[in-house]
Amino acid sequence: MDNQKADIHCDLMIIGTGMAGMAAALFAAGQDLDIVQAGRTGQLGFASGLIDVLGVYPVARGRIVKDPWPAIADLGRHEPAHPYAKMAIREIQTAIETVLGFFGQAGYPYVYKKNQNMIMPTAAGTVKPTYAAAHTMAHGQAAMAQQEACLLVDFKGLKGFGSRMIAANLARTWPGLRPVTIGFPEAGTELHPEPMARALETARMREKLAENIAPHLGDTASVALPAILGISRTQKVTEELSGLLGVPVFEISTMVPGLAGIRIKEIFQQHLPEMGIKAFFQHSVRRAYRQTGGGWAFEVGDHSHLRLVSARAAVVCSGRFLGGGLHADRSGIMETIFTLPVAQPPDRDSWHHRDLLHAGGHLVNRAGLAVDTSFRPVDDKGRPVWPDLFAAGTILAGQDWMREKSGSGLSIATAYAAVRAARRFLDKT
Amino acid sequence: MQTCVLIIGAGATGTALARDLSLRGTDCILVEKGDVNAGASGANHGLLHSGARYIVSDPAAAAECHAENRILKKTLPQCIEDTGGLFVAVQGDDEKYIADFPGSCKKCGIPVQPLSPDQARDMEPALSEHVIAAFRVDDAAIDPFKLSLDNLCCAQEHGARLLCRHQVTSFEISGGRIVCTHVTDLKTNKQFRIEAQVVVNAAGAWADIIALRAGAQIRMHYSKGSLMVTQNRISQMVINRLRMPTDGDILVPGGTVSILGTTSERVASPDFIHPEIHEIDTILDQGSAMIPKLAQTRYIRAYCGVRPLPAGSEITNPARDPDDRAVSRGYELIDHQDQPEQVTNFVTITGGKLTTCRLMAEKTADLVCGKLGIKAVCRTRTEPVPDAAEAKWTSPGLAPAAWVQESRCKDPLLCECEMVPESVVKKIADSFAANHQQAGLKAISLRSRIGKGPCQGTFCSMRIMAYLYDQGYMDDRNGTDDLRAFLRERWRGQQPLAWNNGLTRAELMEAMHCGLFCLEL
Repeated sequence: MDNQKADIHCDLMIIGTGMAGMAAALFAAGQDLDIVQAGRTGQLGFASGLIDVLGVYPVARGRIVKDPWPAIADLGRHEPAHPYAKMAIREIQTAIETVLGFFGQAGYPYVYKKNQNMIMPTAAGTVKPTYAAAHTMAHGQAAMAQQEACLLVDFKGLKGFGSRMIAANLARTWPGLRPVTIGFPEAGTELHPEPMARALETARMREKLAENIAPHLGDTASVALPAILGISRTQKVTEELSGLLGVPVFEISTMVPGLAGIRIKEIFQQHLPEMGIKAFFQHSVRRAYRQTGGGWAFEVGDHSHLRLVSARAAVVCSGRFLGGGLHADRSGIMETIFTLPVAQPPDRDSWHHRDLLHAGGHLVNRAGLAVDTSFRPVDDKGRPVWPDLFAAGTILAGQDWMREKSGSGLSIATAYAAVRAARRFLDKT
Repeated sequence: MQTCVLIIGAGATGTALARDLSLRGTDCILVEKGDVNAGASGANHGLLHSGARYIVSDPAAAAECHAENRILKKTLPQCIEDTGGLFVAVQGDDEKYIADFPGSCKKCGIPVQPLSPDQARDMEPALSEHVIAAFRVDDAAIDPFKLSLDNLCCAQEHGARLLCRHQVTSFEISGGRIVCTHVTDLKTNKQFRIEAQVVVNAAGAWADIIALRAGAQIRMHYSKGSLMVTQNRISQMVINRLRMPTDGDILVPGGTVSILGTTSERVASPDFIHPEIHEIDTILDQGSAMIPKLAQTRYIRAYCGVRPLPAGSEITNPARDPDDRAVSRGYELIDHQDQPEQVTNFVTITGGKLTTCRLMAEKTADLVCGKLGIKAVCRTRTEPVPDAAEAKWTSPGLAPAAWVQESRCKDPLLCECEMVPESVVKKIADSFAANHQQAGLKAISLRSRIGKGPCQGTFCSMRIMAYLYDQGYMDDRNGTDDLRAFLRERWRGQQPLAWNNGLTRAELMEAMHCGLFCLEL
């Protein structure tokens, strides 16, 4: 396979369209580089509207982190294999601020305090530490912290979000939460968040919804809803509904896949191509070929629409098992595109603990691609496998994003580091 | 509380016994420390044996199975899918066992029909190309949950009472009789007394613990068996490996799925058991020799149960039978009047098989009625068990059919994998509420298909919990604890199957319930 046969040539190929892939494309854009990005965007659907950086450390003790930065410094000292340990804290902060700034510019601002995690209510009636919350959700932090009198609304026909369940289970932390079930205007038997959110982008539906909520307001100081406050016009929907009701309205993050994921997916899909990224959303990378003399060629798409893309370097952000970046059979775990070495436990017996909720988490979640400080995947002796291949996101070894509550932050930070390293490589060659 | 007969254990035997005694006009109370079928009764293949499996190792049990197979097909047709069964041998299997098989079946009175390998593959295309011998037998699939729930409902119609989550803590014995049984309500920790004229120990693998509380020693072995559920049904018939019983030699269809089993491992205690990864690998490797696609197919969950094997009935010495395959699968009925402890009104029934639960109940009821001077005869041999409305939602495929036909899809689905709608959850929760009990997710899953599809409860658990609160079935802050308990229980069956799609599902479950909802904190 050599360069002539490729349909498209680029400097940097970004494989993956989850949070890490999207962030990598954002960081690489506007730098005089030809960028191609490919991957199925389903994974972003699992974003919750909350950007975690480090919410729990040490994991085994289940300790909630108040300020993520000293905790990351601590983690870096104790877990040198952790992806955060391979970066300067300043770089992590820059990466996250850049992405949050981008969301703000795109009309979906996030609220955060620089040196403080937020504690947010969830649809399960639990609480969750996070770093930044979408503006639609952010008021939940203060409302719960101040035990504000709050009307918690659910809807007949909307499954998986029960105001009584949330209120009963949060009763100790938040006694002021008052549940109510109402009908959604012009609704059928079964409701789904996406059409509800689209409906609320019209003034007429907001007014009708406000009419349905108003009789229950009483002396409430705020109103909590499932995540339905619009898709692309969340600021308008939130402000106007708050205005109609006379109190702040906010969302509680619902089961995934949910609306928050759809929002950021739409933002990335709209803006990245405008920033010069040649993007093949909904097309996955099927195969990678090593080119003679360095660089890569990739088959992108499916049988009916197969393109060959050549690239001088690549960043792999293909995710874990759910995303398809890793695959496991009974004998072990493999990386699916490049058959890169995967750091993993010695046998299947040690992959998972017998208790789903075991405090230490499951060892299989720490399996993945081990990388050097340039975020290049390395072999078992720590040597980079390829000089021009970089990795970012949850595919990386040494982290447990689900237990650390570090998912989005880790994806964004490592994407930043991997793109910077790729840039240095491209500048040299 | 007072009753005529106190039955300890609401498994297949205890519930069948409650029905038998109730039909004889005898009042009884069932006490169960978990829920219906919480032990081995709910953790088996759901196989109605033809008996052919035991013709060599245990001819008496084989003949019993055959007779009960006939009776249950007549009296409990709603619980049985009369699939028929095959015994197949593949290249390398013991040729003497194959040659002796039809003769041994006939000696036990078990009908058997020889087939050519091609005929067998015509019937079951999934069979290996390497099948060298095949026989058709009268195996069938039986839904063990519906079996026990139907028996129980019939018993309750005739006055029997059930106390779930109640544990027997001690017996008061005086003058060689149990005069009173002390019971603890495990939810409230309240203790109370039950006075019964006869006490029956039908506690399955826990029968020795119960017996000990009455001063009686029962020597038992605990034999763990692990099984796995496929995502799709692999065969129409029950398929057995034609060889001496060993690991991974049977595939039983159950509605829309198939169940592959099983292992036999001696364990020290019937509590805290898990299906182990090495067992899963063994079952898979053995099973795929008979049916190659078992190596590639998707699996939904694994589970295990403990067979209570009476140690008194060993056929060989343990050194030559390390996995208890040769221990009798027959039942043991013990009248503790005749034992060293001489307790006149205490009876233990243990061992046996799902297929023979009715027979075990009949023999036990005969003994109990003898002690009570009751002359009424057993009616379960011929009288059909009514198809209880409360018990119908355990059957795979039923809820979707009813959803389409009855509600024309207007009834929101809470479990989308198995298509269980709100109305089914409501009916089950109502039946609990009628008994002043709270239905949690585990109790609902025992009585329906919720959490049994590919998502293993990841999504439906939250939807159902939210629904239970909205409808007022639940109102305290125990909901998230119940959610945790349910997900942990589902995980037990997912964890050993967590490779390929299984690992993807496990990751999704953890991403949602730990990553987002922080249930581990």
